[in-house]
Amino acid sequence: MFKYLSSGIIKENPVLRLMIGLCPVLAVSTSAINALGMSIAVAFVLVASNAVIAMLRKIVPDEIRIPIFIIIISTFVTISDYVMHAYYPALYVALGVFVPLIVVNCIILGRAEAFAYKNPVFSSILDGIGMSLGFALALVTIGVIRELLGAGSVFGIQLISSGIAATIMILPPGAFITIGILMALLNKMENKVQ
Amino acid sequence: MELFGIFFSAFLINNILLIRFIALCSFFGVSTKINTAIGMGSAVIFVMTISSAVSWLIYNGILAPFHLEFLRTAVFILVIAALVQLEELYMKKMVPSMYRAMGIYLPLITTNCAILAVAFLAIDYKYNFLQSMVYSLGVSMGYTLAIILFAHLRDRMALAPIPKWFQGYPIAFITAALMSLAFLGFNGMFGL
Repeated sequence: MFKYLSSGIIKENPVLRLMIGLCPVLAVSTSAINALGMSIAVAFVLVASNAVIAMLRKIVPDEIRIPIFIIIISTFVTISDYVMHAYYPALYVALGVFVPLIVVNCIILGRAEAFAYKNPVFSSILDGIGMSLGFALALVTIGVIRELLGAGSVFGIQLISSGIAATIMILPPGAFITIGILMALLNKMENKVQ
Repeated sequence: MELFGIFFSAFLINNILLIRFIALCSFFGVSTKINTAIGMGSAVIFVMTISSAVSWLIYNGILAPFHLEFLRTAVFILVIAALVQLEELYMKKMVPSMYRAMGIYLPLITTNCAILAVAFLAIDYKYNFLQSMVYSLGVSMGYTLAIILFAHLRDRMALAPIPKWFQGYPIAFITAALMSLAFLGFNGMFGL
C-alpha cells in the first residue's frame, strides 16, 4: 500500500524527475500561496479522475479510452475552475489561464493511462495522492525559494527587507534559474549517494 | 495600429514560451535539433491559426448564445484533437510535400497546451474575430522564433565544457533563463 503513495513523492517525482507538468510549475510559483493553491487544484483533479477512471476501467472500450479520459478530466477541471472562481477570486485571477489548462497537464492523463486504467480504485486513489504530494512538494519548494529571494517573504510574511530582495526571482527568468539549479543540486546529491 | 500592438505584444513582449510559460514540454523536448525545431514551429503556426479560428467561431457562435460557457474546456480540447486529425488527413492527401516536412509533429500538437491556451486567452481578452486571428499568428510566430533560437543555442552547448552536475536539463533551464531575461527587455516597447 505504502509503495503506491511514496513512489510519486521522491522516486518518480513528476516535476523534478519525470519532467512533466512543467508549465504551471514555472508560471504560478511566483509566491508560496499561489503554488499551494495550484497544488490543491491539481490534487483534486488528479485524485478524482484517477478514482473515476479506475471505477470505469472494465467498461471503457480500449480504442476510445483517451477521449473518455479527457472528458472525465475536463469535468473535474471545470468543477475546480468554477469553485475557485466563486470562493477564491484573488487566487483565480493570479492563476489565470493555468486553471483550465490543468486539463492538458501531462501528469493527469499520464497517470490515468499508466496507472488508473490498470489498477483497482483504492490503489488508484493512493497513487493520485502520492503523485499530487510529489507535485505539491516541488511546486511549493520553488514557490518558497522564489518568494523569499524575490520579495523577501514566505506565505506573505515579511522575513527580510524587500529592498534587498532580487525582483528578478519573481519575474519569468527567476523561474528558469531556480528549477535549473534545483535539478543540478538533485543530480549532485544523487551522485553522492551512489 | 491596434492590430499591430496585439501582434507585437503576442510575438515578443508576452512571448508564450519565455514569458508566459505555456507549452514548455515541447520547448525542452523538441529543441535538441535545429531541423525538428523548425518543423515543430511551422506546424504550430499552421495548426494554431486554424484552431483558434474554429474555436472562436464555436465559442461565439454556439456556446455563448446558448449560455453553455461552462462546457468550453471539454469542447475546445475535443475540437482541437479532432481538427488536428482532419488537418493531418487533408495534408497527407492534398499536400504531401508539406506533410513530409511537418507530419510527424502534428500528433504531438494535440497535447501542446499552447493551442488550447490561445483559444482560452482570446476569449478572456474579449477579442473579435480579426483580433484573435492576429493574436494567434503573433503567438505562434513567437513560439517558432523562441524554439529555433533555443535549438541553435543547444547546438552550441553540445561542444561547450559544462560542469558535470549541470549537463542535460539543468543547463538548458539556465540558458532559457538568459533568453527570458533578453525577452524581458522588450517590455515597454511601443508603449505596450
